[in-house]
Amino acid sequence: MNTVKKYLGLVWIALAVYSYSILLKTALERIRLVPGTDTIIQWSIFAIIFLPIALGFVMFGWMAFKGAYDSLPASSEEVED
Amino acid sequence: MQSTAEKKTIRKVIFASSVGTLIEWYDFYIFGSLAPIIAMQFFPKTNPTAALLSTLATFAAGFIVRPFGALVFGRLGDMVGRKYTFLLTLILMGGSTFAIGLVPGYDTIGFAAPLIVLLLRLVQGLALGGEYGGAATYVAEHSPAERRGYYTSWIQTTATLGLLLSLGIILITRKSLAPNDADSIRVFEDWGWRIPFWFSVVLVGMSIYIRLKMHESPLFSKLKAEGKTSKNPIKESLMHKGNLKMVLLSLFGATMGQGVVWYTGQFYAQTFLETACKVDFEQTRTILIWAIIFATPLFIFFGNLSDKIGRKWIIMAGLFLAVISYRPLYTKMLAVASTKDVVMDDSKTKIERLIRPDEVKGHSIQTTTTIHLYQNGITEKLVHNDTLYANGLEKPQAVDKLSKELPDDGYWTMVALIFVQIVFVTMVYGPIAAFLVEIFPTKIRYTSMSLPYHLGNGVFGGMTPFIAVLLGTLYAGDVLVGLWYPIAIAVVCLVIGTIYLSNKIDPEVND
Repeated sequence: MNTVKKYLGLVWIALAVYSYSILLKTALERIRLVPGTDTIIQWSIFAIIFLPIALGFVMFGWMAFKGAYDSLPASSEEVED
Repeated sequence: MQSTAEKKTIRKVIFASSVGTLIEWYDFYIFGSLAPIIAMQFFPKTNPTAALLSTLATFAAGFIVRPFGALVFGRLGDMVGRKYTFLLTLILMGGSTFAIGLVPGYDTIGFAAPLIVLLLRLVQGLALGGEYGGAATYVAEHSPAERRGYYTSWIQTTATLGLLLSLGIILITRKSLAPNDADSIRVFEDWGWRIPFWFSVVLVGMSIYIRLKMHESPLFSKLKAEGKTSKNPIKESLMHKGNLKMVLLSLFGATMGQGVVWYTGQFYAQTFLETACKVDFEQTRTILIWAIIFATPLFIFFGNLSDKIGRKWIIMAGLFLAVISYRPLYTKMLAVASTKDVVMDDSKTKIERLIRPDEVKGHSIQTTTTIHLYQNGITEKLVHNDTLYANGLEKPQAVDKLSKELPDDGYWTMVALIFVQIVFVTMVYGPIAAFLVEIFPTKIRYTSMSLPYHLGNGVFGGMTPFIAVLLGTLYAGDVLVGLWYPIAIAVVCLVIGTIYLSNKIDPEVND
């Protein structure tokens, strides 16, 4: 199972990059199709709020690839490490 | 085994926490439920700045401010204490909700009106971001390990009950402001919409009184007495690799999927009933109300079950069932409300015409209401409004509005279809407070659990209606295309949760 967890990590990284690029592409397309401050603000909020989430997903994938989820912490001391 | 005194204490804790959280959800939802009226009062489309503020009020409060509130109040809760922090969020939420009900409209004070409403809406979002983590943590830290899922599931009912309360108060107010329905709706749209906002102050006052009588969480008090509280909870939550990996796992393996299932079952379903199935305003609301009433006890059932078999598989089963059944459920909803290929009973068709002169604008509005009855019992109402210009030169401007009233069997089938979706909500949401509480250490629990919760619910969940509508405009041929967003997110979350999460119940949250 740990091998699956590890290599799926790469899938999560790819998915994060792909999803965010789709979001950006859609945002630019919508702004081009329906120009106006309203559309720009709305899509800018989406792009800004999803950036740290996409980075978090990349980080999650990287941690999984590095084996950080091979075993989960059993106590708070382990969580705080 | 708990003593009678302990049981009494925990019941008080649950009551005090749940009432406050329910009120916060109520406050947050009434704004959303009354959005079209609020837009008319404060954000006229003719003024671009006001329309822009409207967009900000809608998006910023849900997406940016909620997670930010989770960090701000989570930090406070981990440093000062749970009790005073969620008391503060309650006061902020109640105060801002009441104040929204007092703000004069755009016609009276101009640009200041939408600006004030935007600021108050942001305070609401901030307060909501801080409330849930505090209430869930507070209850969990009073609960014995073997009953943690059961006791925290009471907190989990509050989001749904808050929605129920908001729908109920709005419907009652809307119907009781004048002797007949048409006048009552007119008064409601004029000023009566403010009543649900004012009503909040009564609820909040009661809740503050109850919460003031409660004591601080015993686990937090012990940490504080020992001088072991966190100095910088945000840093410890997000900069310690061991904790960060659990924050990320909670988000991508649990709350992200839970958020979309929650919003699909209770918000997208409502929008779909009204816009795709064309079911009328009142029936849509009462269908949702019945489904919520029938399904709410299942939050407790699944919370309790999670104490026996673990949290993980109940949440994963809820995600799995949602993924495989959303499209069949929504296809059935369309079929129940369909009049395609159904014979119309022409003898019962009614046409009513009403002309109302608008003395200020100098033209008249002609309303033609056509009512058809179909053989499957559906009553279809087409309201056609024509603007008739006095000079006779300008072309009439027509606006059509179609709504359907379902017969009894169709109505209850629709209740059953929404009920099934809310059962999925109870499966993914019932055990999640206990699940999140058990992952993180006491000293940074408030901060650590609030962030994935509000990112999952506020961002992934809150996006559901917008993404669904967007997909609908991009792929106009498929009415069900909007469902691919919650299905895709739930599939990713299901795979991550199944593979990476543990089903072990933490016997000790005191650490």
